[in-house]
Amino acid sequence: MAQTTNEYTPATSAGRIANFVNQRTGAAGLVKEFGRKIFPDHWSFMFGEVALYSFIILLLSGTFLTFFFDPSMAETHYDGSYVPLRGVEMSVAYQSALSITFDVRGGLFMRQVHHWAALLFVAGMSVHMLRVFFTGAFRRPRELNWVVGGVLLIMGMAAGFTGYSLPDDLLSGNGLRIIDGVIKAIPVVGTYISFFLFGGEFPGNAIIGRLYVLHILLVPAIILALVVVHLMMVVTHKHTQYPGPGRTERNVVGFPVGPVYAAKAGGFFFVVFGAIALFAGFFQINPIWFFGPYDPSPVSAGTQPDWYIGWVDGALRLMPGVLHNFSFERVVGFPWGENVFVFNVLLPALGPALLILTLLFTWPWIERWFTKDDREHHILDRPRNAPFRTATGVAGIVAYCSLWCAASSDLIATHFHVALNDVTYWLRAAFILGPFIAFWITRRVCLSLQRKDRETVLHGRETGQVIMSPEGGYSEKHQPLDAYKRWRLVSFETPVYLPAQPDADGKISKQERRRAKWAKFFLEDRVSPVTPAELEAAHSHRAMESHEHGPEIER
Amino acid sequence: MGDERHGDPKHSGAVDPVGQGGVDQFTDPGLPPHTERITDKDPRAAKRAERQIMVLFLISVIGTVLFFFAYFGIGHTGIEIGTRLRLQNTLIGLGTACAMLGIGLGIIQWAKALMPDHEMAEDRHELAAEDARQEAQDIIDTVIEESGFKRRKLLRNTLIGAIAIAPIPALFFFRDLDRSQLGAKAMVDRLRHTMWAKGVRLVRDPSGLPIKASDVQIGSVFHVIPEGLNELKEGKLNEKAKAVVLLMRLPKSELHISPGRETWNVDGIVAYSKICTHVGCPIALYEQQTHHLLCPCHQSTFDLTQECKVIFGPAGHALPQLPIEVDSDGYLVAQSDFQEPVGPSYWERG
Repeated sequence: MAQTTNEYTPATSAGRIANFVNQRTGAAGLVKEFGRKIFPDHWSFMFGEVALYSFIILLLSGTFLTFFFDPSMAETHYDGSYVPLRGVEMSVAYQSALSITFDVRGGLFMRQVHHWAALLFVAGMSVHMLRVFFTGAFRRPRELNWVVGGVLLIMGMAAGFTGYSLPDDLLSGNGLRIIDGVIKAIPVVGTYISFFLFGGEFPGNAIIGRLYVLHILLVPAIILALVVVHLMMVVTHKHTQYPGPGRTERNVVGFPVGPVYAAKAGGFFFVVFGAIALFAGFFQINPIWFFGPYDPSPVSAGTQPDWYIGWVDGALRLMPGVLHNFSFERVVGFPWGENVFVFNVLLPALGPALLILTLLFTWPWIERWFTKDDREHHILDRPRNAPFRTATGVAGIVAYCSLWCAASSDLIATHFHVALNDVTYWLRAAFILGPFIAFWITRRVCLSLQRKDRETVLHGRETGQVIMSPEGGYSEKHQPLDAYKRWRLVSFETPVYLPAQPDADGKISKQERRRAKWAKFFLEDRVSPVTPAELEAAHSHRAMESHEHGPEIER
Repeated sequence: MGDERHGDPKHSGAVDPVGQGGVDQFTDPGLPPHTERITDKDPRAAKRAERQIMVLFLISVIGTVLFFFAYFGIGHTGIEIGTRLRLQNTLIGLGTACAMLGIGLGIIQWAKALMPDHEMAEDRHELAAEDARQEAQDIIDTVIEESGFKRRKLLRNTLIGAIAIAPIPALFFFRDLDRSQLGAKAMVDRLRHTMWAKGVRLVRDPSGLPIKASDVQIGSVFHVIPEGLNELKEGKLNEKAKAVVLLMRLPKSELHISPGRETWNVDGIVAYSKICTHVGCPIALYEQQTHHLLCPCHQSTFDLTQECKVIFGPAGHALPQLPIEVDSDGYLVAQSDFQEPVGPSYWERG
């Protein structure tokens, strides 16, 4: 039975196309939902966009590279246009990477775009996660999206590593050699995993082809799927916003997608693309033709992994293998014979990564546990207003960066003319003690900044006008804040230390005691926001005597 | 559950309340009044912004043209390859960057200067509405009930058992990723053997020239491979990854030789595996004065005078020594294979 359901006749041709699409897809609902959706605007919200756009550029440039790259490890002799390597025996993979560089126009540019975009992709994700952490954006209801983000970071590192190894040049082969050594250190199954990965003994002739499949198919597919989940959750939750006048837990204040936000975000894609093109055009990266084909014998000193692998490599360097006569390689007798626990490789390869990643993934729940705060949060914390969290984050950064620096310990030694051994000793100390010192300093800095905020609210902003009184005393004139500026400084919550609470039977459980201990450690020192009464008191105080005194800290 | 959301901040008692007109609280003054931009007030400024944006878009067009010049113009001219590559890469980069940044910055400037900059507020909605949750739960209950999943325990348990073991073959399916067709023990045993054997000559890497004992001076270092390695047709790199050796000569008095190794050197000439016992990098740095070997990857340091014992860094055991002697022609040869596996340690090394 023929029946028209829509009698609307559009007047313009654009309208006719839109109507045609709508009648067949129902897209009008989508436009209605997203066309004027509000997004808060802040520079710190761009880091996630940087990562997303870098990923798109990775897909584009990577697809281009696959048209020319051949992941075969078959032996061949180079006869391309780079003269110094002519006649050298090498794998087909390395030869095709050289051919992309020298014999495909724009091939070198694409390789460099791909490499720079990869570095930026992981960097964008990392900084984005730091932003999310320090502003408390991971709190309910966004805990799961925080976890998805963490997995994305790990997959980004996996994508980077599998890609780094593909050209089969000396450096990437050496990177694989290190991975092989680390895998072999795994108890019981490590040796087998190494054989299975490499198709036999290292280096074999299978690994490049296998990594290629992981790099161009499996890993990017997982990343893409997770990105979709990540963004869908952002839509579901709506974006968080910084505290400010008019911003509440129940609304979202910002610009509509159409036109402002779409224009800014869309324009930003081109900016990221342009920046990467600029890097690829002007800054050389991974000049594989200098390194030569992979050969297990030579190695060049001063080699560095890509930045995001640095912390793991640094951990490997910092671990002592032998202390006096104690070797961390433990030979243990079992009924069936002797086996080796290679702790000098296992501990640094897995220990810091497990510690940092476990804390990262579970932090939303840890924080909820000791604060007992299970409410939804859509207003972000300014980092200073959550001293316990900011201090924890900075402690993590210091631990990470100690390892990261260690990946360049040899270059630090040669550039600054210090002993390599001393660099290692200092970085070992920095890795172990640094986080505690950083925690303490950061917490003090946060509390001081909060007190500074209090002072600004109570006594106004310094005007720079110095007034001499008839008695000859000098004082600076302070200008009271207007209601909007004041709101920015007083509208925050700080969790209060809640002592151990008895349960329904009136007993205080062991776990609750433990929670209270942690809560005390994290939350005891705090600064509360100024209340109107305090402001009133400050005003009358100032009226009576002109000298100032600092704000109180609650304990 | 639902009432904890957004709701009363005093709920847990754990948080300082803030916000909407509580006791002794500041009140939210609401969105600040909109301040007009210069482009809102002054039509000439708006016109100027329009021109700026147009120039940015034009820069993009120029960038695109530059790309074509770089790609085709420089493409296959007769310039020397290094120079050509550098020039072409730089210009393609510059062209692409201009093309992209022109569009991007232009659009952003358009949005910032000319599109409305009124902030708008939108309400957030309940994430999980209670009635929807109730309905979903009813549906799931019905599904479980109709499937009989809870009632038919025997079926359920055998199904769970079947599903639990069904993926295990997928794991073992990958056994032949190792292409050698060897059994587990033989597979691992490969790590114990290298190309070195009695009488195999030590030759230079990569030239393959044999080495006379008299060529090896005190303080010199030779990168060594076994004779015949370069001629291998299959698995050359695999053998090389295990067999590379460093050859050095020390005054015999400086060598601290342990019992059983007295005959492993030739008049102070010693051969050690070049593969680091940490994670397998080639140890390429020899400090002549201190007789230390340093791995450039993770800085493990081995003392040649103490049979390459680890004195610094992450390696866990000494470098394996290759016993050497001189053959009838005066060339250095191996006495046997290494007495222990070379390279990184592993579970079965024992």
